[in-house]
Amino acid sequence: MCDTCGCSQPADDVTIRRPGEDHDHDHGHGDHHHHHHDHPHHDHPHGHHHHHHHDVPGAAGPREIAVAEAVLAGNDRQALLNRGWFAGRGVLALNLVSSPGAGKTTLLERTIADLKGELPLAVIEGDQRTMRDAERIEAAGAPAVQVNTGKGCHLDADMVWRACGKLQPATGSVLMIENVGNLVCPALFDLGEAAKVVIISVTEGDDKPLKYPHMFAAAQLCLVNKLDLLPHVRFDVEACEAAARSVNPRLEILRVSATTGEGLERWYDWVRARRAAAAGA
Amino acid sequence: MHEMTIVAGVLEIAHRQAAGAGATRINRVVLEVGRLAGVEADALRFCFDVARSGLSAIAELEIRDVPGRGLCPACGASRDVDELAALCEACGNVLDISGGRELRVLSLNVD
Repeated sequence: MCDTCGCSQPADDVTIRRPGEDHDHDHGHGDHHHHHHDHPHHDHPHGHHHHHHHDVPGAAGPREIAVAEAVLAGNDRQALLNRGWFAGRGVLALNLVSSPGAGKTTLLERTIADLKGELPLAVIEGDQRTMRDAERIEAAGAPAVQVNTGKGCHLDADMVWRACGKLQPATGSVLMIENVGNLVCPALFDLGEAAKVVIISVTEGDDKPLKYPHMFAAAQLCLVNKLDLLPHVRFDVEACEAAARSVNPRLEILRVSATTGEGLERWYDWVRARRAAAAGA
Repeated sequence: MHEMTIVAGVLEIAHRQAAGAGATRINRVVLEVGRLAGVEADALRFCFDVARSGLSAIAELEIRDVPGRGLCPACGASRDVDELAALCEACGNVLDISGGRELRVLSLNVD
């Protein structure tokens, strides 16, 4: 049980909070949102298990029930709601995915520093633990909410919905959702974003798009980051881009360095164009 | 490990559908898993074993494999594929994936 407000959320469950905030979980979108009815992502499936074990004397024998229901339908439904919520506010939501350490947070810090005078930005940070990234983002000058997934390896649409209730991104803003560092699981979970942006750094293997094809197939844009380190590592940018395009021929690819700023203007142009489309939709 | 999340989703669907049908016991869940769905059948079985011991009396999980299918956007040829990155054998174009991403509860066997 949550020891702050007495709800039934376990203390080690997902937490969503602003930097400096004590109370661990959200009361977003104007209501107490702890009992999500049919989200399949909880550790505890809500006591639907009361019904069986009662062998009814004289009941008919085994029978088949046709179901044909997608397993991620609950997440996809919430993602659809998120997408409508973003569209209604002209918010451009981007889902940033990568391995741990590819430079997502540094890219966001630099992006905020360079664009905050031009357009409103807000950030949802996903990590298993700590408030560190949300604190870095707020220090860079944008409002942030940290989602700590505990044991979870990805953000899901419900977490993003609850985080938006707390963050309240401004109309016409760009909402950057920094997913948990993981190239596997986040590919499966639609958050309601306009696009997934996959980031790979030159300190990784240039064959990563072949090893983790689902993420590269699901992304609209790939940023090849840490370009400033290229002279010091064995990384074939052309081979990496060819590998990424082999799993996703429509993937756009930009080479950048979040540290030196190289190539970032093209990333900003991409964001500006997408934002204009989102605001006009 | 997203397979645990998937299993939680499977159990939620199974219990809700079974309760709606007035069933008293779920004997078997039949799950359709495409080869390109990004989900490992072995990991699903492992998670199912863990989850049902605590939460569910479901006896059996049956997994039906769905092969990956690629369709050429240029010449219309189609074939089974094992990977997301596959080329048309006829004209060399990159194939669109037209099947194999399924992840669905197909049916239940209940009392």
